Amino acid sequence: AGKSKIDDEILDNLEEVFITSDVGVETTLKIIDRIEHRVSRDKYVNSSELNNLLCEEITELLAENNNDSTLEDFTVPQGHKPHVIMVVGVNGVGKTTTIGKLAYQFKKAGNKVMLGAADTFRAAAVEQLDIWGERAGVPVVKQKLGADPASVAFDTLQSAKANDIDVVIIDTAGRLHNKKGLMDELTKIKNVMQKVVPDAPHEVLLVLDGSTGQNAFEQAKQFVAATKVNELAITKLDGTAKGGVVIGISDQFRIPVKYIGLGEGIDDLQVFHKKEFVQSLFGNN
Amino acid sequence: MFENLSERLERSFKLLKGQGKITEINVAETLKDVRRALLDADVNYKVAKQFTDTVKAKALGQNVINAIKPSELMVKIVHDELTSLMGGDTAPLNLSGNPTVILMSGLQGSGKTTMSGKLARKLKSEKSKRPLLVAGDVYRPAAIEQLKVLGEQIEVPVYTEEGNKNPVQIAENAISYAKANHYDLVIVDTAGRLAVDEAMMNEIAAIKKAIKPQETLFVVDSMTGQDAVNTAKEFNDRLDFDGVVLTKLDGDTRGGAALSIRTVVTKPIKFVGTGEKLDALDYFHPARMADRILGM
Ligand SMILES: Nc1nc2c(ncn2[C@@H]2O[C@H](COP(=O)(O)OP(=O)(O)OP(=O)(O)O)[C@@H](O)[C@H]2O)c(=O)[nH]1
Ligand SMILES: Nc1nc2c(ncn2[C@@H]2O[C@H](COP(=O)(O)OP(=O)(O)OP(=O)(O)O)[C@@H](O)[C@H]2O)c(=O)[nH]1
Ligand SMILES: [K+]
Ligand SMILES: [Mg+2]
Ligand SMILES: [Mg+2]
Repeated sequence: AGKSKIDDEILDNLEEVFITSDVGVETTLKIIDRIEHRVSRDKYVNSSELNNLLCEEITELLAENNNDSTLEDFTVPQGHKPHVIMVVGVNGVGKTTTIGKLAYQFKKAGNKVMLGAADTFRAAAVEQLDIWGERAGVPVVKQKLGADPASVAFDTLQSAKANDIDVVIIDTAGRLHNKKGLMDELTKIKNVMQKVVPDAPHEVLLVLDGSTGQNAFEQAKQFVAATKVNELAITKLDGTAKGGVVIGISDQFRIPVKYIGLGEGIDDLQVFHKKEFVQSLFGNN
Repeated sequence: MFENLSERLERSFKLLKGQGKITEINVAETLKDVRRALLDADVNYKVAKQFTDTVKAKALGQNVINAIKPSELMVKIVHDELTSLMGGDTAPLNLSGNPTVILMSGLQGSGKTTMSGKLARKLKSEKSKRPLLVAGDVYRPAAIEQLKVLGEQIEVPVYTEEGNKNPVQIAENAISYAKANHYDLVIVDTAGRLAVDEAMMNEIAAIKKAIKPQETLFVVDSMTGQDAVNTAKEFNDRLDFDGVVLTKLDGDTRGGAALSIRTVVTKPIKFVGTGEKLDALDYFHPARMADRILGM
């Protein structure tokens, strides 16, 4: 018989912590399973060891950032110019705000930055991005409300090329992932950009609202299908929501979380750190 | 990705076949399925527990011999309970007062500004109201501009005070302006805020105190997860709001937040948002919401 000190009560407790952090039933069962497996292998575990064990197991579920070392100093990959980042996500998650924060960081790191206002649909979306451009001190390429978003993206890349820009960030309108027409539009924006910069976009950043529950899975699935998302940002983690759904998403799609949003200010963006994030799931619940 | 409740129960109830009555023993497995379905739908952990306890009490002793399938009976019990929990004491908008004042509140990006436009449009066309929209979000970049664009689309004037950074004052002044100019409906948009932001929560409490709205609405994104209960409770503690508005139901979320919020604050869900356009507004239908939560 095993002498494991993990009893049902502890596991029930863990289940509650995970579920109330939006980790979701499936991923929670997966984590608990792995813990039970480890415990039966390593035989003896006390509660502080359990904490480490948990961190290890969950950290393993989170996909690696392949350029962790350069992430922190907002260096832009060499070898091509401009480097193009397209930002996508459902309505109101924090795309435009995240772009403002990113522009500020990239500029501060010494890059020439340009923004493209390809959300031509939402009321005053262009004005909003314009204000962020001003705050960050970077130019914004725009057309008027109702213009073709692909055409704005096209203009932005042309202007970026002409102006020797290092990094371009394209804002897009919020869209629910179950609307096929709107998802197809993203593919079109991508294709049109490639007429100017053949391998654009180099990064597709999917923004998820940290207070979103299990629907974030479906969001990830559909945006990945439409645009080959290769990184995630989780916003609004300055509230009481934990954003735990991202663990299962990162695991299933092998997409790393790159940034987290911690407020509405230009400074409130952090590079994602697995350990801190995982600790925050257990802290003051 | 989630299996719906009927499919799940059908599996569990294979066990129950031929047993006649729902008993303590044979109901346990099926309640696990019910709980799992609720958690997959983002119903809060504690609320789900409480709910399955209630369902258990209602199911025990029920005769299943006459039910075509025991699973169907169980689904019916669950569905009815969900519907009655989310439905009870629905109240129409309180349109008394001259002007009627509606105050919008909620987290960042939940859909307050859009909903302000939708309500103005609806009450103007259906109740012949003369609405005035009030730009009370002085923080978010282009928030005022956004409300102005929406106002133009529905031909409703927007009260703004460029340069004034005090939303309490702006809201108060807007009410005086409405009275002087014979607007009979004032809808005050506010900035999104987190429940943990003391200063911002104080501010909206002060706005409410100053303008004494007939309706304070809590606007919540239907995709919200487990945190819905915390937020709803905090906003309700501070504002004692009158109703809830669920937005972005044109997505495919199960929307368990509706049950969670209804359970912790017992305030009616009055409207749902079903799109970005200003006519995408509907009343809340508890039975439809129950279907949705159960994935049916
Ligand atoms: N507290 C907090 N608020 C945030 C954060 N990121 C964004 N917001 C707020 O969330 C709201 C929505 O942000 P936007 O940047 O407009 O979101 P969006 O995804 O561009 O929205 P759409 O373009 O309408 O789809 C705004 O009020 C932002 O100030 C964050 O990390 N923390
Ligand atoms: N699909 C869909 N989108 C919606 C709905 N309601 C609002 N939106 C969108 O969600 C985003 C945020 O809506 P807003 O009305 O700006 O939200 P808000 O609460 O005023 O946001 P802040 O002022 O930044 O806190 C916008 O892109 C809206 O178009 C809805 O019912 N369905
Ligand atoms: K949201
Ligand atoms: Mg935006
Ligand atoms: Mg707003």
